Amino acid sequence: MFAYIVRRVLATIPVMAIVALFVFSLLYIAPGDPAAVIAGDQATPDDVERIRASLGLDRPYLVRFGAWVWDIARGDLGVSIFTNLPVSTMIQQRIEPTLSLMVVTLILAISIAIPMGVLAAQRQGTWIDRAVMGFAVLGFSVPVFVVGYMLAYIFALELDWLPVQGYTPFSRGFWPWLENLILPAVALGSVYIALIARITRATMLEVLQQDYIRTARAKGVNQSGILFLHALKNAAVPVITIIGIGLAGLIGGAVVTESVFAIPGLGRLTVDAILRRDYPVIQGVVLLFSFVYVLVNLAIDLAYTLFDPRIRY
Amino acid sequence: MMQTTRRSVLGAAGAALVAPRLASAQARASTLRFVPQANLSNIDPVWSTAVVVRNHGLMIYDTLYGLGADFQPKPQMAAGHEISDEGRRWTITLRPGLRFHDGTPVLARDCVASIARWSKRDVLGQRLDGLLDGMRAIDDTRFEIRMKKAWPGLAFALGKPSANICAIMPERVAQTDPFQQIQDFTGSGPFRFLRDEFRAGDRVLYAKFDGYESRNEPTDFLAGGKPVHFDRVEWQIMPDPSTAAAALQNNEVDWWETPLADLLPLLRRNRDIAVEMISSAGNLGVLRFNFLHPPFDNVAVRRAILPALDQRAFMDAAIGTDPEMSRVPAGAFTPGMPLANDAGLEVLSGPRNLAAAQRALRESGYAGQRVAMLSGTDIPILQNLSVVAADLLQRIGFNVELQAMDWGTHIQRRTNRGPVEQGGWSAFCTTWEGFDVSVPGSHQPIRGHGSAAWAGWPTIPRLEELREAWFEAPDLAAEKRIAEEMQRVAWQEVPFIPLGQVLPRMAHRRSITGLVKGGPALFWGVRRA
Repeated sequence: MFAYIVRRVLATIPVMAIVALFVFSLLYIAPGDPAAVIAGDQATPDDVERIRASLGLDRPYLVRFGAWVWDIARGDLGVSIFTNLPVSTMIQQRIEPTLSLMVVTLILAISIAIPMGVLAAQRQGTWIDRAVMGFAVLGFSVPVFVVGYMLAYIFALELDWLPVQGYTPFSRGFWPWLENLILPAVALGSVYIALIARITRATMLEVLQQDYIRTARAKGVNQSGILFLHALKNAAVPVITIIGIGLAGLIGGAVVTESVFAIPGLGRLTVDAILRRDYPVIQGVVLLFSFVYVLVNLAIDLAYTLFDPRIRY
Repeated sequence: MMQTTRRSVLGAAGAALVAPRLASAQARASTLRFVPQANLSNIDPVWSTAVVVRNHGLMIYDTLYGLGADFQPKPQMAAGHEISDEGRRWTITLRPGLRFHDGTPVLARDCVASIARWSKRDVLGQRLDGLLDGMRAIDDTRFEIRMKKAWPGLAFALGKPSANICAIMPERVAQTDPFQQIQDFTGSGPFRFLRDEFRAGDRVLYAKFDGYESRNEPTDFLAGGKPVHFDRVEWQIMPDPSTAAAALQNNEVDWWETPLADLLPLLRRNRDIAVEMISSAGNLGVLRFNFLHPPFDNVAVRRAILPALDQRAFMDAAIGTDPEMSRVPAGAFTPGMPLANDAGLEVLSGPRNLAAAQRALRESGYAGQRVAMLSGTDIPILQNLSVVAADLLQRIGFNVELQAMDWGTHIQRRTNRGPVEQGGWSAFCTTWEGFDVSVPGSHQPIRGHGSAAWAGWPTIPRLEELREAWFEAPDLAAEKRIAEEMQRVAWQEVPFIPLGQVLPRMAHRRSITGLVKGGPALFWGVRRA
């Protein structure tokens, strides 16, 4: 197992290298020029060229790529073209809100979606099943930003229970931290809940038809024991896979949710950087995201072993 | 000995619960929470021309002169000046008590270094740079500027609010290469920038500078006293207008600089929120042409558009149908400002005539060349202007291709001087801050100096002659005559077409009073009622 983990971690290096090359090349050929953005409308072409030279953007592709890779190898993600702040500092400032949002969303989604899916499977064909599936369709079809605006209108503006926007760091207390995250997590989690609930229901329906479930029933195991001890454990592998895939979706969804709820996370940092062509920031954040994604996949592969003893690495 | 009772225990517990909320409420009372128009993408007002960076600069830096509500320059950090040698030598004296945020006094040599850096980047600064014969500190409180010829507008240039402002920095900071960002944000203005608490794209924090020596005069836009009534000002960056509107309604912020026109009726319905016009300069919409390639290298083609162009249609699309939100007709100079005039304005204010425009285009020699109209989709006002312009050109008879792109691409595309087939462009719409286009000196669209001009690169020598004359105009009456002549030339040569003046509103909680009117959001004089 340990050797497997080491191998998988080492395998991230070529993956990251390919991602780095791809991102750098894409930005190199993409339209847009940060020097022109900085110089403004009053600048002469000479001014733009001077700014481009001061940013090192006039150097050939290979020189720039080589310098960037060398900096990364030394743990230096570079400096933002616009704010002049180190990219690592900007990421540090933004990682807590995004991480918090994802953790709360994940907890919320799993704790709601799995019981919903199990219940729907157990009561297949009843109004409960139809209600759960109806909710799932809604969750898939209503965009996150619409859910976000509706929640903010009802729970913040009308009822005044929760704040509309913003983020309070965890260091300032649990409740101030959580109250800013409830609405965004519900909004972001709506798709995720729908996805997990549907997969859980489908897998549970399949598992509940198995012989060993009939045997368990014959032996007198009660309904909750059958559902949660026998059936759910065997239905877990596809559900875990979906949770893992969904995490990637969460990263994308966080961009919208962070904008709607003015959460200063990595999603907004990425969008702002793309719009301004702040190359070092875009490159740093994309590298981070790809690294996280690789780690999540590894964690999911390892989690399989907890639920299915047949899987060994 | 004090007896512990159930009541005292409950009272203490209650107080413990309430205390943090009271402290939080007190902190809120002394903090002004503001939603700026955009993210503060960088923090050097001499390096950047972005309006939001200029606004940041006005908070933490003071200027030697400041415009009053009448848009005339008045001494601000300067106590006054003497002009000698037939207007070529200015000796400026600093008023006493001026300090930087690190506590050191503001000296004449700091001003000399600050002007020198600014003069490399700003359009009027570059004018000074070209005229400069020498600049030196005479002593700690006086410095002189010697020019090769007289420039009566020097005080205006040093105090104008349009980017780039001539921010006064310590000499050590001002010695930074003008094409590099400064790293030291020791300012001279009424607020200190709290760099350690700055989170780019999220929060920008300022603290009242207790050592600021405000003029003992009433506040007069950028001149006069600058009294500060808040301990802290917190800029909260909110990219989503609906979120900003909800935050203002929910009392999570006090003041929103640029509410979306669509959301104004919602905000007006809230009795705790005031919606008002703060900046009378607003923004001037502009349709710009590329003079280097067909079809707009032909003056007859450019003129053909004028009879059909309806500024009201552009303004309705840009900011809504509320007539108070925009002003038409708008000439070449910002309406409501001293040089605005109606010379030849009937070309835009008279009855609109599409048939006349179509006829003029047919007679112009237009051969059906493709018109690439650039449209920045992430700035709604500009996108709306572009869509209306593309529709108008199509109806007149142009072969229009509306090319949608994000603003970053738009800015780069318009630097391309090649023909449309090689990634070039034909026309685009944008807005200029009213202050920029209020005088010929900083009015980029009306310039005609060819390859060095703003994107579009028109060569119109007469406009350059008139601009030069404006710099030497002895008084406002002479300036107005020159502006009228420039406007007439603009209708003949059509370097751009004004599309109307956008007059955006700001929205704030009614508990916030004393907002300084005239231009951008300013934070002195503001208080919580």
